[in-house]
Amino acid sequence: MAILVNKDSKIIVQGITGSEGSFHASQCLEYGDNIVGGVTPGKGGQTALEGAVPVFNSCQEARDKVGANVSLIFVPPAFAADAIMEAAAAGIELIVCITEGIPVAQMVEVKAFVATTGSRFIGPNCPGILTPDEAKVGIMPGFIARKGSVGVISKSGTLTYEAVDQLCKQGLGQSTCIGIGGDPIIGTTMTDLLEMFEADPETEAIVMIGEIGGSMEIEAAQYARDHVSKPVIGFIAGQTAPPGRRMGHAGAIVSGADESAAAKKRIMAECGITVVESPADIGRTVKAILK
Amino acid sequence: MKIHEYQAKELLKGYGIPIQGGVIIEDSAEAEAAIDQVNKELGAEQYVIKAQVHAGGRGKGGGVKFASDRAGALEQIQAILGMTLVTHQTGPEGRLVKKVMVGEALDIKQEFYAAITLDRSKDMDVFMVSSEGGMEIEEVAKTAPEKIVKEAIRPGFGLRPFQARNLALALGLEGPAAKQAIGMFQKLYQLYRDLDCSIVEINPLIVTEQGDLVALDAKIVFDENALYLHSDIAEMRDLNEEDPAEVEAAKYHLNYIKLDGTVGCMVNGAGLAMATMDIIKQRGGSPANFLDVGGGANVETVKNGFRIILADENVKAVLINIFGGIVRCDRIANGIIEAVKVLDLNVPVVVRLAGTNADVAKELLANSGVSIISADSFEDAALKVVEAAKG
Repeated sequence: MAILVNKDSKIIVQGITGSEGSFHASQCLEYGDNIVGGVTPGKGGQTALEGAVPVFNSCQEARDKVGANVSLIFVPPAFAADAIMEAAAAGIELIVCITEGIPVAQMVEVKAFVATTGSRFIGPNCPGILTPDEAKVGIMPGFIARKGSVGVISKSGTLTYEAVDQLCKQGLGQSTCIGIGGDPIIGTTMTDLLEMFEADPETEAIVMIGEIGGSMEIEAAQYARDHVSKPVIGFIAGQTAPPGRRMGHAGAIVSGADESAAAKKRIMAECGITVVESPADIGRTVKAILK
Repeated sequence: MKIHEYQAKELLKGYGIPIQGGVIIEDSAEAEAAIDQVNKELGAEQYVIKAQVHAGGRGKGGGVKFASDRAGALEQIQAILGMTLVTHQTGPEGRLVKKVMVGEALDIKQEFYAAITLDRSKDMDVFMVSSEGGMEIEEVAKTAPEKIVKEAIRPGFGLRPFQARNLALALGLEGPAAKQAIGMFQKLYQLYRDLDCSIVEINPLIVTEQGDLVALDAKIVFDENALYLHSDIAEMRDLNEEDPAEVEAAKYHLNYIKLDGTVGCMVNGAGLAMATMDIIKQRGGSPANFLDVGGGANVETVKNGFRIILADENVKAVLINIFGGIVRCDRIANGIIEAVKVLDLNVPVVVRLAGTNADVAKELLANSGVSIISADSFEDAALKVVEAAKG
C-alpha cells in the first residue's frame, strides 16, 4: 500500500537528458524504480540512461506509448512551470517537481491549471517521494530509509533525512516519506497528505515537519484534530529565525504573528499533535508513542 | 529583493500613478539645489525630508521630518543625511542614511492603506485596503481586522473592475476620488504582475485637501526567483543596504544570514540549518548565523563557508552539521581538512557527519591530524559545540 507511489508506478523523467535529470534518474533506476521513459522536447526517439529508457518529445507521447502515470521533473526553473502544466494536461496522475527557483506568479498559474485536471502535484523545490523498497521518485537517498509504518511529511530535504535516520535508529520504518517543498505555493499540502496517510492501512503514525512561514501547519493541525485518528508527531524548524528574514526556503519567512515557530507549535499542541521541541527527539518521541 | 521608496515611486510614476514628488540627494552640498528644484518644479513651499533606507518605521525613528520653509528643510537634511537610523526593523545597530528624499509637503485630508501580496493560504494574490492609513498593517490586523478589506485575485483574471470599485467603496470614496482610486488600483495590480512583485504597498495613500489621490509612500519587494526576467529591476539592488557578509556569501551561492550569537553553523539544507540553530539555542548556546551550503556542497563551498563564519568576531565555536544524501560526507570531510589547514583557525570546530559515506569521512577526519571535535549525533553535536563556545 503506502501512499502516492509504489513498485507499480510507471515513471517518466522530464528533463532526463540534462545533467541533474540524468544523474537522479539513474539513481532512481538503481533503487529499482520502474522508469518507463524520459521527456525532452526535440530529443524524441533518442534513448537515455545508457540506452535503458526511451526519450519522448512530449508527456502525451510518453503517456500514449508507455502508459506513464508518474512524472518526475528536473527541468530548469525558467521552463518548469510549463513542464508541470504539460504533464497535467497529458493526464499524468502524479507529478513531482524537484526544481528550485520557479517564479511565484508562475506557480499561482500552475496551481490553478493543475486544479482543472485530475493530476496530483507535489513540490516544487522539494526532495520528492520515497516509499521504501518500492519506489523513489525524487532525490532522497534511498539507503537511509526502511520499510515500515511511519508516514513522514516534511517541508525540508535534509531535515527529513535526519528524521528518517532517527526513526530507523529506533527500529521504526516508514510507509512513505514525502518532501512537499518549502516554496510559498506548493501543489500538495500537509492536510492533503494527512488525509491520505489516515486512509492508508500500512501507516500507524505520522511525522509532520514544518517550518516558519505561511499557515499550512496550522490548517493541517486543525484537520488532524477533526479527522485523523492516528498519532501525529510534529516539529517546526525556525524557532531562532529572525522575523522578516527568508531562511533559505522561499516560503520560510515570518510575516505575521501566526507564522512563527512558537505560534505554530502552540496551535499544533492545542489540536492534539505531539509537538517535539528538540529536532533530535523526533525518533524517540514516535517510538514512545507507538510502544 | 527590496528597493528604496524613491525607486518604488519611480516605478509607480511609470504606471501613471500619482506620487508625492521629490529629489534624491546623497551629499548635503546638493541640498540647496534640491530644495530649489522641488520648489520650482513641484511648486512646493513646504517640504518633507525622508531617509532612504530599506526598513519600515522610518517616521518613528526620526528619519522623516516636515519642514515649513527652506531653512527648516536645510536643517533637516543636515540632520538626517548621515544619521544612524534605528527603527524596529533595523535592529539596535541601526542603518546609516546615505540618501535622503527632499519631497513636497502635501495637505492631507485622508490617509488610507493599499497593498497587494500573495495570500499563501488561497494560492492567489490579494488586494488589501484599509481606512487606517499610516498605521502598520500588522497592528491594524491585530486591533481592528474588520477595517482591512480584501479582494482575492483569481489567477488569470486579474483585478476586475468590480473588485476595484469594491475597494474604493470600502474606503468610502465618492465622485472623482473614487474614480481615481479605481484606475489606480488596476494600474497597481498591473505593475505587481508585470514586474513579478511579492509586495506592493502604499502606506499612506492620501487624499489631498485638493481632492487628489496620491501615493505618499511606496514599498515594493520583488520575487527573487523572477529577477532573471527583469534585469532592469535587478540593477536597482542597493548592496549598501545589505549585510556585507551576506553579499559575499551570495557570490559563492551560499545562503548566509548573520545573527548575533556565538556559535557559527554550517549545514546542508535550509530546514536542517534552522533546526541546528534551534537546538543550539535549546542547549543553552546562541547561533551566530544561518548558513545553508546547499545540495552541491564541495571543498570550495566548505572553505568559503568557513571564511564567512570566521569573519564574524563574535564566533567562539563552529558546528558543521551535514546529512549527506546526494552530498558525500567524505567530500565534505576533505573540504573541512583543507579549510582548517589553509585558514587560521582559532576556535574549536565540532563536526557531525551523517548519511552517505559518513564512516569514511569520520576516518578521514580522525587520521588528518587537524584539530576537530567529532560528534556522533545531532544532540551530541549541539551539546559539544555549546560547551566549546563557553571556552
